[in-house]
Amino acid sequence: MINKLLMSVAVAAIMVASGAQGPAFAQEKLKIGVVTTLSGPAAVLGQQLRNGLQLAIKENGGKLGGREVELIVQDDELKPDVAVSKAKALVDRDKVDFVVGPIFSNILVAIMKPVTESGTILISPNAGTSNFAGKDCNPNFFVTSYQNDQNHEVMGKYAQDAGIKKPFIMAPNYPAGKDSLAGFKRFYKGELADEVYVPLNQLDYSAELSKIAASGADAVFVFLPGGMGVNFVKQFRQAGLADKVKFLSAFTVDESTLPAQKEAALGFFGGANWAPDLNTPQNKKFVAAYEKEYGGAIPASYAFQSYDAGLLIDGALKATGGKTDNKDALRAAMKKAPFTSLRGNFKFGNNNYPIQDFYQVKVVQVGDKFATSIDKKVFTDYQDPHAKDCAMK
Amino acid sequence: MSFTLFIVQTLNGLQLGVLLFLIAAGLTLVFGVMDFINLAHGVQYMLGAYLAVMFYALTGSFVLALILALAAALAFGLLLEFTIFRQLYDRDHLEQVIATFGIIIFLNQGVKVVWGAAPLNLPIPEALAGTVQIMPGLVYPVWRLVIIASGLIVALMLYFLVARTRVGMLVRAGATHARIVSALGVDIRRLFMIVFGFGTMLAAFAGVMIAPILSVEPGMGDSVLILAFVVIVIGGIGSMRGAFMAALLIGLVDTLGRSFMIDILRLVMPPSPARTVGPALASMLIYVLMALVLYFRPSGLFPAKGRS
Repeated sequence: MINKLLMSVAVAAIMVASGAQGPAFAQEKLKIGVVTTLSGPAAVLGQQLRNGLQLAIKENGGKLGGREVELIVQDDELKPDVAVSKAKALVDRDKVDFVVGPIFSNILVAIMKPVTESGTILISPNAGTSNFAGKDCNPNFFVTSYQNDQNHEVMGKYAQDAGIKKPFIMAPNYPAGKDSLAGFKRFYKGELADEVYVPLNQLDYSAELSKIAASGADAVFVFLPGGMGVNFVKQFRQAGLADKVKFLSAFTVDESTLPAQKEAALGFFGGANWAPDLNTPQNKKFVAAYEKEYGGAIPASYAFQSYDAGLLIDGALKATGGKTDNKDALRAAMKKAPFTSLRGNFKFGNNNYPIQDFYQVKVVQVGDKFATSIDKKVFTDYQDPHAKDCAMK
Repeated sequence: MSFTLFIVQTLNGLQLGVLLFLIAAGLTLVFGVMDFINLAHGVQYMLGAYLAVMFYALTGSFVLALILALAAALAFGLLLEFTIFRQLYDRDHLEQVIATFGIIIFLNQGVKVVWGAAPLNLPIPEALAGTVQIMPGLVYPVWRLVIIASGLIVALMLYFLVARTRVGMLVRAGATHARIVSALGVDIRRLFMIVFGFGTMLAAFAGVMIAPILSVEPGMGDSVLILAFVVIVIGGIGSMRGAFMAALLIGLVDTLGRSFMIDILRLVMPPSPARTVGPALASMLIYVLMALVLYFRPSGLFPAKGRS
């Protein structure tokens, strides 16, 4: 309460002081554009992204860095061309100060140029492709999630350390799917039962499940996000494989898919940078507030990462006194990651991607709901392997 | 590639085939008999799944949920027919496509408003969960066998209905000579309404049966719809027998292709390119099949009698 009071006094002081100086930035609202997927089967992921950011703003009294926030949310429909025109509109017409989004990597690749070339800062609370972590890194681009390879690498490392003999690995046949299996194999050096690519958005896995059963694999590693993961997990359990084959995954069992997977996913493993039960005081508060605000749904990583994006904006604006017009000062402020992440340890690498801890998480039952829970730390202060190709310091 | 694996994959192909038949059967009735292109047919399949989830939550019984979902889907289909589709029968195909596409968008958003965007789950009935050993080294999920059996039963039932009953006779006659049937004193509009309601109910039935295997989510009918159209084009538009044969053919080709394409390619090329080309080729297979069928038999494998 006292904090809030002090905060508003400080904000008022800044507003008065700046009013005399010229540009009336403090009276003007801070505009944040959100590009996220709100239609189609993946809409639930996009909603988590939007909700996380909204919650961060709400808990800050409707403000970030002392400025009132106007949020402009756009649905990219998971179509790159739609995303580009909406991102352009946010930058050119709405003149937003930040763009936060998207969920999917192909959308990120599409909106990167239109947003960053206008000088607007783009914060990705999920997608983190390897090219923007490496040679195409960009001073106007910040990531609060991870580099895409890392969750897969966590599982590869785990499989190697846990003495898995013959994993069957599978992903959709598109760039992120190939990166996933490559990431797994970067740390897992043993023999593979098989390596299989399925069409993106395949629904029925009967053929692949029969192959897994026939291959004598002792574990599977899959990257099947959203509805694909829901279907695969249910069918994996129905085929009677769950008791014989260890289930390792990335982006397949999390709080966005568990409400549909339920018991079928119990005991299954995933690689992650966070779980709802991660033991930091801030995180506990966030999870409780999210559940209360959004009808009892447990937040997934998409929500936590965009909540962190909100905190990042807040911290950077506090450092610049609420100003967004001096981009160099703003970028320098952001680079220092001036906020306490829900995940605890967090700093930006030279490529503006996080350096953070990674965990093996396990699906558990919490009351009548299902969530992931931290099982074991796999990497500490881990930076992605592409950062060395980035020319930024 | 072992013999048991081949048998399992054949069963998987059959299961996909009968599911496609359940959807395509309704579509072939509506498209073939009424000459009405109903893109919203896939939405009825989705609705069936959602309704079953809802009624299961209310009653706790799968059988009750199935019955109630079918009844509700039938009622909703008839409502759509009465309010919207009836105005479209005499329009050209393009207008039908646009109007029914609008209904897809509307209902996909609608289920999101009513049930939320998160995928939902319908459990398998307790007694039919688990696996069964068919032969040594071959276990198979019971529910998939149930789907195969129910699809075959529906196919038989449809055969009797269309080929052996008076309503079936009228439907067949109405498909090719609507005016004459009408002149004989049959209310063709009412006949079409019955056909339409029945078609949507079949799609909803497919949705309910598949819901325990797949996640129930907005837009789940869209991908199936395309396959269903492929089925009726390959089978011959308006032909129930054609739809049945083509559905099984596509189920088998798709499943066996996905399972064995890489192994087959390995016979003629090194393993690494086979691994790259295989999945791509496998996912194209049914469209290649459709192109071939249309090239050699432009009106499909089993064209309906009296149509050209």
